[in-house]
Amino acid sequence: MIYFDNAATTLQKPPAVAQAICQALASFGNPGRGVHDAALAAARAVYDTRAALAGFFGAENPRQVAFTSGATQSLNIAIKGVLRPGDHVITTALEHNSVLRPLYEMEAAGVSLSILKSDPLGCISYAAFEAAIRPDTRAIVLTHGSNLTGNLIDIARVGAIARSHGLLFIVDAAQTAGVIPIDMQKMNIGVLCFTGHKGLLGPQGTGGLIVREGVRIAPLLSGGSGVKTYSKAHPDDMPTALEAGTLNAHGIAGLNAALAYIRENGLDAIREKEQALMQAFYDGVRDIPGVTVYGDFTQPQRCAIVSLNIRDYDSAEVSDALAQQYGIATRPGAHCAPLMHQALGTVSQGAVRFSFSHFNTMEEIRTAVDAVREFAR
Amino acid sequence: MIAKTLKLIITFHTTTEAMSMEACCRAEGADGRLIPVPRSISAGCGLAWCAAPQSEARLRALMESRQIVFQDIHRCII
Repeated sequence: MIYFDNAATTLQKPPAVAQAICQALASFGNPGRGVHDAALAAARAVYDTRAALAGFFGAENPRQVAFTSGATQSLNIAIKGVLRPGDHVITTALEHNSVLRPLYEMEAAGVSLSILKSDPLGCISYAAFEAAIRPDTRAIVLTHGSNLTGNLIDIARVGAIARSHGLLFIVDAAQTAGVIPIDMQKMNIGVLCFTGHKGLLGPQGTGGLIVREGVRIAPLLSGGSGVKTYSKAHPDDMPTALEAGTLNAHGIAGLNAALAYIRENGLDAIREKEQALMQAFYDGVRDIPGVTVYGDFTQPQRCAIVSLNIRDYDSAEVSDALAQQYGIATRPGAHCAPLMHQALGTVSQGAVRFSFSHFNTMEEIRTAVDAVREFAR
Repeated sequence: MIAKTLKLIITFHTTTEAMSMEACCRAEGADGRLIPVPRSISAGCGLAWCAAPQSEARLRALMESRQIVFQDIHRCII
């Protein structure tokens, strides 16, 4: 199989990830629920991973890193834990349903929502952020990179806008964490939501949110915390406040191994390889008659994603044919990005998304370009 | 049971802070180890740092320099 569905999850992980998970499964107790060797082994792995993530994303302190099952849970915690009826929040048409649906729920509860429209290339005007800000604006919630077009948003620029207006800046880094550099302090990010199983190369079921010191988030869940058992209220100290229940320490150990791999191999080297693969695929398909490619490919950096359609063919049929005839794994349909598809005019057709990993090869790219050319004939 | 002696016990608000203390003390070669919070200090659960009483000054300085937030410092016979 040629796996080009890395925006959904990276299939190929560094071997050390599986090794770390297997070792953890055989040796970990419950992190933070005891002081015997097995519990401490798990607690140490969890703490080491917090520290690694804090360093990786330019956070102030490991205690500000809370683990979750992934970006969706993180975004729900951040959005529902911060916004209150009467607040106004700004987001964009680029968003995934993991941002949109919690925001729609908050809208129904009395939050006012502004959704910035995109242009036909899937880009947002930065002036639109300034124009949308009102006296009651509380936050900007924003994806760092579109999971459909691969377009990036300059979060340093939006972070500066948020800073100048005293707004909380919540970033969905599901498509960029592990590949595109993110520095929370330099970019004025208040809450960074990430998943572990995509660019960070960790296992599914891992992820988290990193919260700037001083930002208060009301917990979505309460329950076991390992401390203050006789208090009726869940503890409000980070990260315990946002981590009710037993953590996925086995998965977190795998995520830590993945972070070590990224550090050893270099974020820049990984990104440059992905960008080269994406660019080669884009250059190979862009001029094929009958092929429509979506997104802005003039950006100096973008996610390693190329979404396209062939003539008026159903994207599901194209994706299935790619899998059946060439063994190429892609993602058709709507990609949980309804507003982006509306903006691109692809609601009924969907689009075929090719998304790349640095583990892919140029030979695989050539095979995929030939397949698209063949289908477009 | 282990013979009881006077110990320095440092408690924390979260397990993460206790783990931070352990990582810091290991890196600096400082005295102590993690133990369950003794019942004489708190009936709740959690982890505490246990060290010899004479280590207090060094551990306080370490926590200050590494910005480790502790809850309380106790001396008790355990």
